[in-house]
Formats: sequence, structure tokens, C-alpha cells
Amino acid sequence: MNAPLHSFEPSVLIETAAARVSRAAPGARLSLQARGDLPPLNAALGLDLPTRIGRRARAGALEAICLGPEEWMLHAPEAQAVEILSACAEVYASRPRSLVDVSGRETTFVIDGPRAAELLTLGCARDIDGIAVGEGRRTAFDGVTVILWRDGETSFRMDCWHSFAPHVQHLLEIGCRELAAETI
Amino acid sequence: MLLIHCPYCDETLPEVEFTYAGQAHVVRPADPSSTSDSEWEAFLFLRENPKGAHYERWRHLHGCGRFFNAVRDTVSDRFLTTYAAGAPRPDLSDLIERAK
Ligand SMILES: [Zn+2]
Repeated sequence: MNAPLHSFEPSVLIETAAARVSRAAPGARLSLQARGDLPPLNAALGLDLPTRIGRRARAGALEAICLGPEEWMLHAPEAQAVEILSACAEVYASRPRSLVDVSGRETTFVIDGPRAAELLTLGCARDIDGIAVGEGRRTAFDGVTVILWRDGETSFRMDCWHSFAPHVQHLLEIGCRELAAETI
Repeated sequence: MLLIHCPYCDETLPEVEFTYAGQAHVVRPADPSSTSDSEWEAFLFLRENPKGAHYERWRHLHGCGRFFNAVRDTVSDRFLTTYAAGAPRPDLSDLIERAK
């Protein structure tokens, strides 16, 4: 990590006429890999894990996104992590799987504003409009693996590893300024 | 930039999300200790180098993370097909016919 600690506090990092980039508050992130029958896991989580790549599901504050066949990322408030881990531990004997707490590994940028989707094209080669509102995808942003959550037409979240965060942040900030300069 | 169809995501996505992973359908001998040196050498090192259709592995690294197989024309870079890992080798004449 080569950014000062204060830069990882939740805050607006940049806001222009084009878009706004903020850092989301920290939360629990759990990486889940499981195959076979999902119902026992669904019961433990209290949520139906989506089985199509890119689809999401939510139950209260717990959110799940399907990243690949047999792979999901779970987001929840920090306090809920222990509860989720122990609920899943109870079904481990019948449903072996991998559930790893990766909360400390990643950070989330919240990107919104009228030209948010266009801002993402600065680093994403894939068509942003191929991601429907309410879905998400793991993709690459300027070579960095990120998980993009599309919460609205012009509202996104981007999860990336801490070690890449300063680079991603810098690029997003440049993009926000460039797009705003264009509109003048 | 190449556009590659991931059979797991069922989406056609930019090349930068993928990595190349060598020749496909290379099968490890079930009992290595009973193979001859030359069979073992062939398994480890000897690869095809065709001018034309090549059966190869790719990985959707910045995506679903899965390895899958593809048939790519090494001259035109055109992908004739992609298919899930473990699926049988598709017949080449069918692919070429379909690509016309
Ligand atoms: Zn994929």
C-alpha cells in the first residue's frame, strides 16, 4: 500500500460536472467458491445465490454477485461477517466449499454522475452498456482486475485490490477532470 | 483488438480480459512411470505449430476466471469456435464449413 492511510477513509475523492468518485466505507467481503447443490448454502446465507454470471442477489444488507461458475463475492456490513461465516461453517460437512474473508484485500470506489459510464470506458475495454442495471461483472480496468457493480444507469461501484487502488483512483480523477473540461 | 467468446460467461468480450494458455487437449499420461522417455518428452515439450487452425487453451482471467478451449486460425487470428474445458475436440471440417 503506497497511499497515505487517510486516503482510505470513506470520502468524496473528486467531483466534477461529469462524475463523482468516492471511496465507500469499509465492509465485509467474502469470497465464496462452491459446487453442486446450493440450497443448503442458500439456507445458511438466507439468500438465493444467483447462478448466472453477473447476476446479483440481496437479502437485507447482504449482497451476492456471481463472478464465475461456482464463484461468488459477498458484501455485508463488517459486523455481519462472523455470523455469515459461522452459519456456513454449520453446513460445511454436507456442503464442502471455500469461504474466505477478503475484507482487508479490497476497497470500493463509488462512481456516479451523468457521465459515469463514459468515465469507465477510460479503462474498460468491454461495453459498459452490456452490464444491465442491477447486475455486475468482473472485468479489467486499465489492466487491473475489478468487480463492477452497476447500481443505476449512471451509478457504479468498483472493487479493486488495495495495492492497485492509488493507480485506479488517479486514473478516475484524471478522467473526471478531462470529461468535465470537454463539456465546457 | 480480438473479441473472444467466453463459453462460461456466454459473452463476446475484448481480448484484454483473456490470457493465452498454450495448446489444448494435451493429456497427461495416467501412469507416468510406465511411459517411455520419448513419450514423456512428447507430453512435456512437443507441441504443434500449425499454419491455420490451432486447438488452444485460453483463460478468462479478468472475468469468470475459467480456462476454456478455442480453435483459432493462426494466420488470420480468426476464432472458429470456443468451447468449455473437458468438451470433446470439435470437428475441424464442420468448423471451417460454418466459418465460410
Ligand atoms: Zn468468462
